[in-house]
Amino acid sequence: MTDIFAYIPHKNGSAEDIALEYPAAAKKIDENAKLTAIVTGSGADLDGVANEMTKIYSEVMKVDDQALAYPNAEVVRNSLVNIIPADAIVLVAHSTFGMDLGPGLSVKMDSAYAADIVDFEGVEGNILKMIRQELGGAVSTHVTADISAGAVITIRPGAFAPLDGGSASGTITDKSGDAGDLSAKRKFLEVVEAEVGDVDITKSDVLVSIGRGIEDEDNIEIAQELADAMNAVVSCSRPIVDAKWLEKSRQVGTSGQTVKPKVYMAMGISGSFQHLGGVKGNPYIVAVNKNAKAPIFQVADVGIVEDILEFIPELTEAVSEL
Amino acid sequence: MEILVCVKRVPDTAENEFELNGAGDDLDRDDLVYSVNEWDNYAVEEAIQIVDKVGGSVTVITVGDDESEEVLRREMAMGANNGVLLSDDAFEGSDGKGIATILKTEIEKGSYDLIFSGAQADEGAGQVGGMLAAMLDYPYASLVNKIDKIDDTTIIVGREIEGGNQEMNEIQLPCVLSIQTGINEPRYVGIRGIRKVAKVEIPIKGASDLGIDEADIGDAGAKIKRVDYFVPDMGDGAEMLEGSTDEIIGKLIERLKAKGGL
Repeated sequence: MTDIFAYIPHKNGSAEDIALEYPAAAKKIDENAKLTAIVTGSGADLDGVANEMTKIYSEVMKVDDQALAYPNAEVVRNSLVNIIPADAIVLVAHSTFGMDLGPGLSVKMDSAYAADIVDFEGVEGNILKMIRQELGGAVSTHVTADISAGAVITIRPGAFAPLDGGSASGTITDKSGDAGDLSAKRKFLEVVEAEVGDVDITKSDVLVSIGRGIEDEDNIEIAQELADAMNAVVSCSRPIVDAKWLEKSRQVGTSGQTVKPKVYMAMGISGSFQHLGGVKGNPYIVAVNKNAKAPIFQVADVGIVEDILEFIPELTEAVSEL
Repeated sequence: MEILVCVKRVPDTAENEFELNGAGDDLDRDDLVYSVNEWDNYAVEEAIQIVDKVGGSVTVITVGDDESEEVLRREMAMGANNGVLLSDDAFEGSDGKGIATILKTEIEKGSYDLIFSGAQADEGAGQVGGMLAAMLDYPYASLVNKIDKIDDTTIIVGREIEGGNQEMNEIQLPCVLSIQTGINEPRYVGIRGIRKVAKVEIPIKGASDLGIDEADIGDAGAKIKRVDYFVPDMGDGAEMLEGSTDEIIGKLIERLKAKGGL
């Protein structure tokens, strides 16, 4: 039987959605796995989350320390290494925190590290078979992990079916005394909140969203003209913000805004999971991309293989004539 | 300030349409266009800007085959002072930990205050920087999109976190940082720049030069192995609109009207 530990990230006293997704992931690794939730933090916030987790997990471990009040990955790692058995499987969300924690944790636990897993295909002996993606989602791969000395695995948020509520009545074990030395060479200072932009893309029912396919800053004008004709707002994917062509507040994605429009026009956007992670509420997705193999066509409702630089002006003209 | 930047030669996602080979176990690599990993250009640019301010030198390093030399030269054309190529048949098949182990062995022979990597590369794991830091017992921060202040003992960095927010941290040197795109605007490298560094000698080091235990690296040391590549089943993929552009636009407008887009 495999021992699996799920690290529960939380904010403002509530667990993140991934807490409901770990159980499905653990079952796919091993139907009979013993699954334990681990929550680190401090005070009432931590207790609230630990209690919430007893509805989902039969075993919940909590680590309470002022040093863990903010999830500094180095401090969290120091505590986990002292609490989790070295040969266990540790599940972590592939989030900005998980990317900070996972690689180093696997080194300190001397176990295998698998990142951004989207599916599991079970264990044979000590070999765990998994699926992940490469090249920005353009191709998938089967990978195997030798888990004889344990593993740290980050799983992609949203890839595993969330539990619909929870009816467990788990018990909480306080492991605070076992956490060991929580000093660190990295100190958390503060969170700087995102700047509010000139336009709130989260309020628009229709978004004309542009990506790399727009090619040049001067071409943004054609997207704006289409947006004007559709009574929509222009948003974008990360490369457009990296190039400083649009403000960060226009960026859709896990590191940008989460939007819930009725219609999402993905123009020249390849469709990485970080981008799609910011598109919620099941909008009608129109994808236009000159690359017929772009991953966006797997999630879009309707797809068009065309160069947006030629297609957008023609669409604008047709819409204007309606 | 001595800065080391770990870079990688990768298939260029903007320039290629990826196909599988006949056997289906690898990409069809015959006509792939390779370039330096996009994130690494930001890391090298950031390193150069720091050295321009406080002095020191920038070294770029990679683990790869002979062809990886071209990405080192490209980064040297940007302004990195030195390049090191770690190359050996024994390195082939290494997983993330194998690569981190190879890099660590070379890093321990030098004296670096800062070690950068890109936040991720072609495989999308974002793992080598964090592993390297843990192996060296250095502090680490991933997804760094701002460097605020640096002195001889500490650095203040911003990390990209969810929702467009930024997490500020103070970190003791030496440390490892993985650099996120958007932190700066990497300088343009022209053909003249590449020519200027064409003859600079780049040392090549193998397993025996590094004194590395071959059991820890390569295929033998890898706990993670890629079995094959595949293109996922399109499932209920998009309804593809075909025909002339006019016909496509006609069909699209119909659908947009029905779905509240117009």
